[in-house]
Amino acid sequence: MIINHPLLGPRDAAEFVVKGDASLIDRPDGLEASMEQMHDYAYLRDNPAGQHAELWYHEQGDRSWLVVTRSTTTHEVLNVELARDVARRKGRSA
Amino acid sequence: MNYSGFKVFWEGLTGNKGWKPVWREPEPKAEYDVVIVGGGGHGLATAYYLAKEHGITNVAVIEKGWIGGGNVGRNTTIVRSNYMLEGNQPFYELSLKLWENLEQDFNYNAMISQRGIMNLIHSDPQRDAFVRRANAMHLTDSAPELLDREQTRAMVPFLDFDNARFPIQGALIQRRGGTVRHDAVAWGFARGADSRGVDILQNTEVTGFDIENGVCRGVQTSRGPIRAKKVAVCVAGSSSRVMAKAGMRLPIESHVLQAFVSEGLKPVIPNVITFGAGHFYVSQSDKGGLVFGGDIDGYNSYAQRGNLPVVEDVCEGGMAIMPMIGRARLLRMWGGIMDMSMDGSPFIDKTHIDGLFFNGGWCYGGFKATPASGWCYAHLLATDTPHETATAYRLDRFLKGAPIDEKGQGAQPNLH
Repeated sequence: MIINHPLLGPRDAAEFVVKGDASLIDRPDGLEASMEQMHDYAYLRDNPAGQHAELWYHEQGDRSWLVVTRSTTTHEVLNVELARDVARRKGRSA
Repeated sequence: MNYSGFKVFWEGLTGNKGWKPVWREPEPKAEYDVVIVGGGGHGLATAYYLAKEHGITNVAVIEKGWIGGGNVGRNTTIVRSNYMLEGNQPFYELSLKLWENLEQDFNYNAMISQRGIMNLIHSDPQRDAFVRRANAMHLTDSAPELLDREQTRAMVPFLDFDNARFPIQGALIQRRGGTVRHDAVAWGFARGADSRGVDILQNTEVTGFDIENGVCRGVQTSRGPIRAKKVAVCVAGSSSRVMAKAGMRLPIESHVLQAFVSEGLKPVIPNVITFGAGHFYVSQSDKGGLVFGGDIDGYNSYAQRGNLPVVEDVCEGGMAIMPMIGRARLLRMWGGIMDMSMDGSPFIDKTHIDGLFFNGGWCYGGFKATPASGWCYAHLLATDTPHETATAYRLDRFLKGAPIDEKGQGAQPNLH
């Protein structure tokens, strides 16, 4: 798989480590959330067959966090964004 | 039809005309006591033990494709019980005991070969970890042994004992572990279940569950609705997809694990060797091919194929510890889809929906668990209580703070 890094251009997937579902950005407020909400956030996944947005970390590169949207049935990379931009859009980051 | 040496001999002399199909292709009935979704090793084993041990024979196994076409046909055929934690080890020891008696039990040649599984040790801390594991294995009489460097060398002299990064200091060995002819496991269980009255419905896809007021009453399939008192899902690799039809989210991600076979060679590897430090393990099939693999690719996938970085990683591991493998050519490689759970351990449990049961989350260890998984799932379905070796495999264990995390990696499925 080739990841089209928004800053660095096309990079080999082997340079990255995968954290998992990009919904991990939406962490509930630990002081407000119920135990069930924290459990669902930490342990449950949609795990779809098809389009899936994921957090990828460019460990062997510029150490940026990316949101990579891929097809889990074909491995086609559909979209790549900086996780920072996604988090800002969701109002989760300054 | 009973199999025996005499039968093989007789058929050989009479043109092999007496062999018959060993399971029927029945039409679905309108209702069953138990419908098992998924005709893989675990589903067929569940049907077999439901019929044989619990006398429940009004059972259907519903399979989208053909039986044994999923992970029971795509693994590297290793059986062992060298786990450590309390929630796991008694279960896997039950499984190994069932393997040891399986061929006599279901009268089918599964080519079970207890050639031993060897985990290589490269350092003092690793030896300490394996000593601890061996002590845990002694609690279930699983017969572990620790070998020193020379004992290990006597068994597998072809390894690189003086590897600069991972010199071999010894090994943990379980001589009762080994390999099994994987397809025969599915076929043997299918034949045993069918002969006791279980309907095996191939090319029948479950498209939905009939859930009324929180109770599961049956399934919708591509061949029409089927009512059932109990519905038992058993579709590791596709668990999230199938359970989503019942509105459930699972603590599971689907990942691809690749496996490899070399061209056929003369007998050279006497056992199963795991080189955990280098992400490589290998055995030799009875046909002569070296069967080997390594880690999962690490990203969510439902494609039954992986990517080249892991191929390179596995082959580097092989070259590092067993340089002679460089002379063999790779013949085939393939990928299977694993239910990677949040602690690396499986689930055999009721769901919050009455009458709907779930078995999955086997990570890359589902094959060795096949008989015990069927045994314990059948026990749960027949008695409504978990089997004593599977009480920890609950769906709510993360909420209760009781994960079974052999590797201590936490809720990161691609690291288990």
